[in-house]
Amino acid sequence: MQTPLMWVATATLRLNWTVPAVSSPQGAPALVLLLVVLSNFAVLGTTRLSTCIRALAFQGLLLGVLPLLLASSLSPHILALAVGTVVVKAIALPWFLRWAIREAAVRREVEPLVGFIASLLLGALAVGLAFAVAARLPLPEVRTELLVPVSLATVIIGFVVLITRRKAISQVVGYLMLENGIYLFGLTQAESVPFLLELGVLLDVFVGVFIMGIVVFHINREFDSLDSARLTELTD
Amino acid sequence: MFANLARLAPPSSIIAIAVLLCFAPVMPGIAIKTKSVLAGRKGAPILQLYYDLWKLVRKGTVYSTTTTWVFQAGPVIVLASVVAALFFLPLDGRSAPAHFEGDLVAFAGLLALGRFALVLAGLDTGSSFEGMGASREVTVATFAEPALFLCLLALVLATGELTLSGMLGVPLANAWPRSAASLTLVGLSLFIILLAENSRVPVDDPATHLELTMLHEVIVLDHSGPDLALILYGSALKLTLFGALVVCLFAPRPSLTPAAAIASLLAGLVLVAVIIGIVESVMARLRLTRIPQLLVGAAALATLGIILLLR
Repeated sequence: MQTPLMWVATATLRLNWTVPAVSSPQGAPALVLLLVVLSNFAVLGTTRLSTCIRALAFQGLLLGVLPLLLASSLSPHILALAVGTVVVKAIALPWFLRWAIREAAVRREVEPLVGFIASLLLGALAVGLAFAVAARLPLPEVRTELLVPVSLATVIIGFVVLITRRKAISQVVGYLMLENGIYLFGLTQAESVPFLLELGVLLDVFVGVFIMGIVVFHINREFDSLDSARLTELTD
Repeated sequence: MFANLARLAPPSSIIAIAVLLCFAPVMPGIAIKTKSVLAGRKGAPILQLYYDLWKLVRKGTVYSTTTTWVFQAGPVIVLASVVAALFFLPLDGRSAPAHFEGDLVAFAGLLALGRFALVLAGLDTGSSFEGMGASREVTVATFAEPALFLCLLALVLATGELTLSGMLGVPLANAWPRSAASLTLVGLSLFIILLAENSRVPVDDPATHLELTMLHEVIVLDHSGPDLALILYGSALKLTLFGALVVCLFAPRPSLTPAAAIASLLAGLVLVAVIIGIVESVMARLRLTRIPQLLVGAAALATLGIILLLR
């Protein structure tokens, strides 16, 4: 009984197991960027608002980790950027969105104008487009090959979500994904861009989402629903 | 191709197929056992399917008067196509018994042939219920097959080989360090296809016999005795085949001795079966309308893998 087990064990140990992507120094950021793309697809493919928000929070977490992995040395600037991103993108904004869902008693299903399958296909198309465009962009220095295409893909998919979802909340999610894409693009220059500017961007987004939240409540109070299509019914 | 078979096939690859033919009925058994243990039940013995097959083989068959030879040929073709497809996989980690340029299309074609025979046999009973099952089976396949081809395309791009035997052997081991990310995506996609093709939980519930909820089980309803045994064994073998595909992808083993390679393949298959059992325990079946979404998601994963490779 002992021998076959031992045999299998040694055989598995002797396998040239290649731990995906983490083996090379370039690997860890690449893995994180890949997960960012997958979280984009999760937002596109899910039927539930709460899953959307969870995917968004996860994406925020990934974006917070990314500057740490990309930095050659750990400066206080990078550290502050990482902590700030995690706090705002992975904790504060998702919490705010969840709170909005609960307060406005929104139905917990995403109501897309374009079907889920079509959204997923659009997402795949967007990724293809992003990679095609990124290869042709004349950029001064690129620290990870994947950074630019993934940021473009996130921007486009954010747009897709923004356009194809009816609910104001899922439009906020789309807007935040769009901003995540811009943030990713900014990471290519993270060491040269002053910290204050990034702070400004984060603050901008925060204020933007806050205003959107207020608008969402107004839509909800006026129409008893968060369907932004009803805004066309506004008359005086 | 079959002339090559006798001349070139290393004995180890034939032995690997023989081992898998014997091992196949264990796979669903392990999945069910995992599911039972996680639910706090004792569960059927792991070898249950062997007992079932033995019981069925000794029974007689009942044929409805509306059926023709198509119905009787179905189970045989199902099993034969899966066994034939098995010959294209390099199960010993080196090379497959049969291979030629572009055999990946033949591989997918054999799987499609098996499904076609099963669906025809179902339709041949003339029962509207089985017609519905056939339509559902084909609907799932319509979405699973493009995803499978996208996965195979990604493998072709990653390894530059056009044979399954080549792309899953040494070139794959060399491709892993270069394109680990896209190969991981392809592996995930293949696992979802495995679940769909073998009617496992997020797509179909193999345990259900509630008429309205079953997909795959419906077409099999009218088969009995040895015919049913052939179909049950065929589907266990298909599960093993897809499991072997996933294991070959995630763990290329060209450097091992043939015996060790086969042993590690079996260990990998057990792991796949346990993962299937875990998936079945933690999630519910998807609504029929959501199944295409899942499979398009799998295709999107494979596409992403391809895009990463084309970069």
